[in-house]
Amino acid sequence: MDLQNITLISFGYFEEVFLRDIAEAVKQEYFFQVNIKEGRLDLSEFYDPGRRQYDGTKLLKEVDSAYSSDSNKTVGLFSVDLFIPILTYIFGQAFLNGRTGIASLYRLSNERYGINTADNFISERFKKEIIHELGHTFGLIHCHIPTCVMRSGTYVEDIDQKSSSLCPGCRKKISGVVI
Amino acid sequence: MTKKISILIVDDEESVRDSLYSWFIEDGYRVENAENANKALTMLESDSFDIILADIKMPGMDGLEMLRRIKLLKTDSIVIIMTAFATVDTAVQALKDGAFDYVTKPFDPDDLSHLIRNATRQISLKEENENLKKKVVSLENVEDMIGSSDQMKKVLKDIESVAQSNSSVVITGESGTGKELVARAIHSNSTRKFFPLVSVHCGALTESLLESELFGHEKGAFTGAMFNRKGRFEMADNGTIFLDEIATISTKMQIDLLRVLESKKFIRVGGNKEISSDFRVICATNRDLKGMVEKGIFREDLYYRLNVVNIYVPPLRERIEDIPMLVDYFIKKYCTSMNLQPVSIDSAALKRLEEFNFPGNVRELENMIERAIVVGNGKKISLRDLPLEKSIISNSIESLEDLEKTHILQILNKYSWNISRAAKALKVDRVTLYNKISKYGLKSAD
Repeated sequence: MDLQNITLISFGYFEEVFLRDIAEAVKQEYFFQVNIKEGRLDLSEFYDPGRRQYDGTKLLKEVDSAYSSDSNKTVGLFSVDLFIPILTYIFGQAFLNGRTGIASLYRLSNERYGINTADNFISERFKKEIIHELGHTFGLIHCHIPTCVMRSGTYVEDIDQKSSSLCPGCRKKISGVVI
Repeated sequence: MTKKISILIVDDEESVRDSLYSWFIEDGYRVENAENANKALTMLESDSFDIILADIKMPGMDGLEMLRRIKLLKTDSIVIIMTAFATVDTAVQALKDGAFDYVTKPFDPDDLSHLIRNATRQISLKEENENLKKKVVSLENVEDMIGSSDQMKKVLKDIESVAQSNSSVVITGESGTGKELVARAIHSNSTRKFFPLVSVHCGALTESLLESELFGHEKGAFTGAMFNRKGRFEMADNGTIFLDEIATISTKMQIDLLRVLESKKFIRVGGNKEISSDFRVICATNRDLKGMVEKGIFREDLYYRLNVVNIYVPPLRERIEDIPMLVDYFIKKYCTSMNLQPVSIDSAALKRLEEFNFPGNVRELENMIERAIVVGNGKKISLRDLPLEKSIISNSIESLEDLEKTHILQILNKYSWNISRAAKALKVDRVTLYNKISKYGLKSAD
């Protein structure tokens, strides 16, 4: 079935304006209809008491099985601290060439790093992270162009340095799927 | 780097394998998984991986044991050991066993990126190194040995057949024929080529100096021995030692040398510790070693130990067809080193060179060409640029007529083809000289 839209599913509380702003940015980048939905999950099932974090791999699988369809690209939005077993934390993750990704706000705020708080950064970073994870679902791997949104970022400073857009090379790679 | 880096993840925990797999796939690497060490080793038999990320604690064979087995396979894979239980001892052990790095799970995403970036840099450096080595080898091979005569073809064939073996070689031939070049060619085509070729000119050193030079010495071994010094045998470890003018060494040195060649062990002068060195011996001499053995001047046992293979380098006068090629080679060599436009050589000068008997062989020819480039007009080497006036009579001249022709040409060149002055020097009249020029078809080089 042809891809028809992108769905952003919020798990936990997100302001409506905040979500609409993100949806608009995603739409501008991928040119698909972007829907916003509210999801319900008992996050305690994904909580690892030893690490006091939430298992990103399990959450991704859950979102994929319960909320995704072949006509949709779905991104689960969280505000909890995500990890994968091998790494101390992640900003988000996605199935490469798949239909689902997840992203979390938790590690994107300045206060986690002892930097001056500035809320507008969080919104920009979250947009970039969501567009980045969606890029993986379209089959894009990490890009070496410093301004490309598909550049790998392991710190918030890395995210700040890149733009929220795909570079021409990455855009060309998905030109068959995205206008 | 053009090639896609491949990574093998070895961990018994599925969640670890999956998360690393996803992480690396997003970075564009080729990634494979193995749930235990045995499976990883089986995979390595049929596939190669640039980087192996292995857990240290796995049921059955652990990561350290797997690391040791991977090293035995002599693969170029970079192994990074991961563990959830970090102790200094295991980290040190892993690094001692050849691991590239050691990380504690879970690790920071940035650390993982750095780790893989460092490993890929190491891989690209290794590749670059291999490529450079190949280039160096090809340069060494093409350069030195010049000639297309049958005699030179035989020498090249001998070099090719002996290079890959570890046998001792004696190179014989007159002075200046290029015996050291042959030794260098053997070394650079052997498996020892990336280790040193150490040359010792035995004829230039006294017995005691040669002993210290070959075996090294300890501090205080003799007056002036202020430091410990490695000997040439020690320096040639894994490489080749070239002993030039081997026939000049004393009887005592012959005995010492024989002992070293048999055991590949020696003691520094003034020392008491036995040192081992793995070297190949190539010797050269311009004397008849066999004859010296028969006369009792050279030890027979040493002769047979050294003379496993003999390569004879012919004198230049026995391969005059190589002279144009050698002249061309030396012109290019010296014009390049002097930063000059390449010069040519006129046919008369080349013909004279071909007639000359070259007692100093290729070395003499090389010196002649170098001198001719320095003193010449910068465009063409002519007879007057070649120091052949005082040369001994060419061995190709047998008849009186040839002798007369050569002498007249030499005088004409000496006086720049001024007929009057040449005739006066020859003590003949001008008409007679003109008749001789016409008879022998002599022409000015200019």
